[in-house]
Amino acid sequence: MPQPEKRARRHTIAVLVDNEAGVLARVIGLFSGRGYNIESLTVAETDPSNYRSRITIVTSGTPMVIEQIKAQLGRLVPVHKVRDLTTEGALVERELALIKVAGKGEPRVESLRIADIFRARVVDSTNDSFVFELTGSSEKLNAFVELMKPLGLVDVSRTGIVAISRGADAL
Amino acid sequence: MTGAEMIIRALLDQGVDVVFGYPGGAVLPIYDAIFGQNKLRHILVRHEQGAVHAAEGYARSTGKVGVVLVTSGPGATNAVTGLTDALMDSIPIVCITGQVATHLIGNDAFQEADTTGITRPCTKHNYLIKRADDVARVVHEAFYVSRSGRPGPVVIDMPKDIQMAKGKYVGPEKVVHRTYQPRVKGDSAAIERAVKLIADAKKPVFYAGGGVINSGPAASKRLIELARLTGVPVTNTLMGLGGFPGSDPQFIGMLGMHGTYEANLAMHDCDVMVCIGARFDDRITGRLDAFSPKSKKIHIDIDPSSINKNVSVDVPIVGDVGSVLEDMIAIWKRDGLSADKNALKAWWKKIDEWRGRDCLRYEQTDSTIKPQYAIERLYAMTKDRETFITTEVGQHQMWAAQFYKFESPNHWMTSGGLGTMGYGMPAAIGVQLAHPDALVVDIAGEASILMCIQELSTAVQYSLPIKIFILNNEYMGMVRQWQELLHGGRYSESYSAALPDFVKLAEAFHAKGLRASRPEDVDGLIEEMLNTDGPVVADIMVDPTENCFPMIPSGSAHNEMILGAADVNRREVSDAGKALV
Ligand SMILES: Cc1ncc(C[n+]2csc(CCOP(=O)(O)OP(=O)(O)O)c2C)c(N)n1
Ligand SMILES: [Mg+2]
Repeated sequence: MPQPEKRARRHTIAVLVDNEAGVLARVIGLFSGRGYNIESLTVAETDPSNYRSRITIVTSGTPMVIEQIKAQLGRLVPVHKVRDLTTEGALVERELALIKVAGKGEPRVESLRIADIFRARVVDSTNDSFVFELTGSSEKLNAFVELMKPLGLVDVSRTGIVAISRGADAL
Repeated sequence: MTGAEMIIRALLDQGVDVVFGYPGGAVLPIYDAIFGQNKLRHILVRHEQGAVHAAEGYARSTGKVGVVLVTSGPGATNAVTGLTDALMDSIPIVCITGQVATHLIGNDAFQEADTTGITRPCTKHNYLIKRADDVARVVHEAFYVSRSGRPGPVVIDMPKDIQMAKGKYVGPEKVVHRTYQPRVKGDSAAIERAVKLIADAKKPVFYAGGGVINSGPAASKRLIELARLTGVPVTNTLMGLGGFPGSDPQFIGMLGMHGTYEANLAMHDCDVMVCIGARFDDRITGRLDAFSPKSKKIHIDIDPSSINKNVSVDVPIVGDVGSVLEDMIAIWKRDGLSADKNALKAWWKKIDEWRGRDCLRYEQTDSTIKPQYAIERLYAMTKDRETFITTEVGQHQMWAAQFYKFESPNHWMTSGGLGTMGYGMPAAIGVQLAHPDALVVDIAGEASILMCIQELSTAVQYSLPIKIFILNNEYMGMVRQWQELLHGGRYSESYSAALPDFVKLAEAFHAKGLRASRPEDVDGLIEEMLNTDGPVVADIMVDPTENCFPMIPSGSAHNEMILGAADVNRREVSDAGKALV
């Protein structure tokens, strides 16, 4: 019998679905019901003329579990396509965060300076607060949030990861 | 047409002739539409769980989709057990549930339940219809989804205002599913590799499951043909019984927890295993890390998620069992292949040695009826006529599987995956409706039968001559057996106290009641049962202490099976094993 690989790894899975009522509940229910974990999940309609939505799920598991996750997703009736972006060639992953920092004086100036280094944009500002918009890898977002903590971080909102394969091919 | 009228029309266009249902406020318009026609027959059950099991019996004995109609709220929640049962055993069911009017959804209206939410994990798919124009399309889609690929239950939740609203009807031919297109044809390279492995095998075994039944009678014929061509021994899962003839010399019995010694040892020792429409369920594999350690495994399944789920295999083939078997036969013949005759001869010799252990042996004494004996007599006295067997869940179910031999598919209905007590009688009702002239027997336990006993009323109302064959051991025998083996004989709550008098109970329902208490009464009872026109409840008082063997205790391997009572003490069951169900 082939010895299955036992180590769990992180995978980014893209799922193309019919945008019908309850489809997200089906996907999430599948993960909770079968004990798979979700590190991040994003969903939005990507092709309104065709009622298609794209779900990006970051999960982790052994190769056997990941294969199960894909097969289980694939057999949901409204699912068109399932792709493991992690194993099927190179991919681009991005996340967007809105980060609110409140304060005056030196910390306020420092937060702006760091934002500049990270290429974060200021999308709202008052006399005693900024909202930064930052896009990048999750690690970059984490690093920025850490740096903002001593400078008056009050709120963070993140999208979760979206991903797409590199090169010319569609999903 | 109104939504309700379109439901009836769509069911008729799908070839439905019978619906199992129970009315209520949220489905009254549909019942009104039923009233106004006479093509669709409605069978009034006594509990919605019974409706689903009846539809399952109907579906499994005909290969058609079983149809259920229930009201909102409690009607829908009562159906949940049956839906889960159908999901686990891959039975095609379409269940229409009433729902409160669309503008009331979410308001905790009277008899409102979130039916699509509740049934999402226990259906293959479900729908909430929000526009009358969608009614026909959704019904046709539901039938398609239910019967295609790996079959399963589909719920259509239908608000009352939609039942009354007018909409446009479309026929089935106009409906094409946008996403769901399961793969039927197996990958030819994989099939070639599989055939090569079989031809080179020294100790092969075919392990065939419910997929053979679901694929249709042709799949069964091809399984027999491939077995003949190759000379390979065949074992069936509980769900697969009848997929290969039970009295065939190449049949080595059922496998798994209560399977035969020869089947389980053949699985353990084989060098090539061909899993045909089965799913390496825990009742089959026993301890996973000791499962068939030396074999190359080929797995044919229409559901890709069944492959490499519990056991990783060498040659996965996604496709319909019937189609893949046909391709395998064609390749075998094309290449003029033949099995390794000498190796197979040695393999069969080994299997015959195992068979020689006579693992199903039991001793019938003069004083008490052994449950196995009762089933053997039932088999002997019914095998020459068209007989369908359903069961409840427990020891009697396993004895039925061991001792009743099924020669063809679709004649054996049992709750395998979910193990639902209460399944057997309603299932028998569904079978009898589909096969009015056949003999239909529910082999039951005295505890299980009480779980859906109300359906006896249904059988009487429609003059369905089902026979309920209760092996009354005055215990939840299977529970008692586990308590004896794993919990020091502490029989906590497993005694069937305060049992009704089943003969009088039958009479109270206007059915016939019979009883046998001594071995010499068994034949007479069966004869009288068979000669009675209407429904019969036969109460057979059997040995209350008999246990079901062989048995692979949970958490043990195939070669660690307990053969009989004398064998029990040799086997220690680990705590990890005890934690398993
Ligand atoms: C609905 C349901 N509840 C509980 C169980 C657990 N269970 C499995 S077998 C069994 C005992 C069945 O007793 P009986 O019908 O008398 O059959 P026997 O084992 O005695 O033949 C029980 C309680 C079950 N399978 N289904
Ligand atoms: Mg009992």
